[in-house]
Amino acid sequence: MDPDPGEWWGGAGWHRHGPRHLVRHLGHGPWRRSPDQRIFGGVAGGLSARLGLDVTLVRVGFVLAAIFGGFGIALYLILWLVMPMAGQPRCIAARAASDRKGILLSLALLPALAATTVVVAAFHTGVLSSLLWPFFLSVAALILIWRNCDPEERAFIRQAVEPVIHLQTSPAHRRRVLVVRFGAGVAVIALGLALLTLSQRAPSVSIVRPVIGAVLVLAGIVVLFGPWWLRLARDVVDERQARIRAEDRADLAARVHDSVLQTLALIQRSAEEPRRVVQLARAQERELRAWLFDGDLPGTAGDGAASLVAGVKLITGEVEGDRKIPVEVVTVGDCPLDDRLRALLAAAREAILNAAKWSGAPTVSLYAEVEAEKVSVFVRDRGRGFDPDRVAEDRRGIAHSIQARMLRVGGRATVRTAPGEGTEVELTVGRGGRR
Amino acid sequence: MSEGAAGRPRVFLVDDHHLFRAGVRAELKDAVSVVGEADEVDAAVELIGERNPDVVLLDVHLPGGGGQAVIEAVRASAPEVRFLALSVSDAPEDVIAVIRAGARGYVTKAISGPELIDAVHRVAGGDAVFSPRLAGFVLDAFAALTPGVAAPSVDPELDQLSTREREVLRLIARGYTYKEVAKELSIATKTVETHVSAVLRKLQLSTRHQLTYWATERRLV
Repeated sequence: MDPDPGEWWGGAGWHRHGPRHLVRHLGHGPWRRSPDQRIFGGVAGGLSARLGLDVTLVRVGFVLAAIFGGFGIALYLILWLVMPMAGQPRCIAARAASDRKGILLSLALLPALAATTVVVAAFHTGVLSSLLWPFFLSVAALILIWRNCDPEERAFIRQAVEPVIHLQTSPAHRRRVLVVRFGAGVAVIALGLALLTLSQRAPSVSIVRPVIGAVLVLAGIVVLFGPWWLRLARDVVDERQARIRAEDRADLAARVHDSVLQTLALIQRSAEEPRRVVQLARAQERELRAWLFDGDLPGTAGDGAASLVAGVKLITGEVEGDRKIPVEVVTVGDCPLDDRLRALLAAAREAILNAAKWSGAPTVSLYAEVEAEKVSVFVRDRGRGFDPDRVAEDRRGIAHSIQARMLRVGGRATVRTAPGEGTEVELTVGRGGRR
Repeated sequence: MSEGAAGRPRVFLVDDHHLFRAGVRAELKDAVSVVGEADEVDAAVELIGERNPDVVLLDVHLPGGGGQAVIEAVRASAPEVRFLALSVSDAPEDVIAVIRAGARGYVTKAISGPELIDAVHRVAGGDAVFSPRLAGFVLDAFAALTPGVAAPSVDPELDQLSTREREVLRLIARGYTYKEVAKELSIATKTVETHVSAVLRKLQLSTRHQLTYWATERRLV
């Protein structure tokens, strides 16, 4: 009777990114830059997810386009401007549109472009003049990106260019090495360009000269930027590993909390019922064994569900089955589950169970809404309600467990009720901003 | 509308499940007069033309073209007949299609007897009836539309919900009755009705192109 609208309703996995989902979401959804795979702006990662190509392939494409003709860099920067970061509603260009100073700065480059074009034309250097447009376009785009990206992204860019900016502050002997390297690099590039342009003016000369010129330019670029690239690549790897470790730790803590600690709390509260204690301990033992030896993650709310809507269905289904009470579910939007949303689901399940147990209402309604900055769940019954100031001890315990769970993930739980008026529990947690 | 709005509205049932029609008739019989029923599109169109009810309770899924087909056929000959869609369907495409065809509201079949009677009276009186689920669908649809969908909107007024309308819909989606919504927002129940009717109008008249875009986009994912 229920055609499982969650399959497409709410768009499970719309804002997904990351290599595991490449194939599944190929070709659907909006263009988004990928924060997980970025070296600069995450453009290549985003493109690869959308086009179904390997991310390295896309990067190689950009680098080749940058070397031959120079427009690869400009294209990358412009895509950086117009593709929003995954999980964010607006692209940088949308913000830049209201940045008058940034736009003026970019326009101020036009006279410089005109002047350089004239100068370069005087020297008849075709290669150089073909590089001018992409170069100025790139500078303008960089200005707009730098001025309008969000602080987190700016910090990332700063980290990426730090080795270059901090040339002045490094110790004297290293500075000397840098100066030598810089001089050598520029000289080699200049020599290469000279060979290239000369060969263009005299096309009859053998093919050897332009090839040598191109090789020299490449060599110069490697001498200039090679060490920096190496360091950048190392930093990116380090940062990624640190993030993964931190996420693992948070995940472990959350899982222990949701399984072992919950069970211990239940055991303490069931101290008078030996059979219940044994039952709880045995169930927990089974779960831990499955976790440690079989790799099955212990049960948290919404486990096995990939998205919020799927998770909501799972928990409401469980409660409907256990308590034989219908739960009316309305959801708006959807997003992938993370630890915080799992905690939200766990709290929501508690709230539904509460309503099923105490309110005496024939149905419970659940409303879940995913907004850009937060996810809210409302659990409402039209039952007998209660006076919040005079609550039985055990019931307050449950309210605390909901509240504590939400606070742990930086969320909020509010209970609104009065005798005869039913009860509404509001659960909110922020989203976006990776941990 | 005839004598219906104030007293007993004349109601016509269209549903392909005999048992469901019997159940609804039993629940409604004290509050409205059921003037007829049908179980498929052609019969429904013919009988509605003949009996001229105030409100048609219409199943979204019907053999022979769905509830949408009934509305479209009847609107041509008897535009004053009002439709309330009634369905177990959770699929927003179906629900939105029936609303856009001209239904004045949508309720799920899980609705209680008194609530259904209330909804029928509301529709007979010319108001819109939003179940929590419909409110959710609409919020979702308009949320999906707002952030710069490719096509420029022809009439921005119709393609966006006001903040107040959003608040009202959110409360309805949370399971509040119109009266409770009014109390929560400190406005008159009549004002809530006005907001809901405005949303219904936007839903029906908003640039078709974009709502279709939204529906297909969602189905693809």
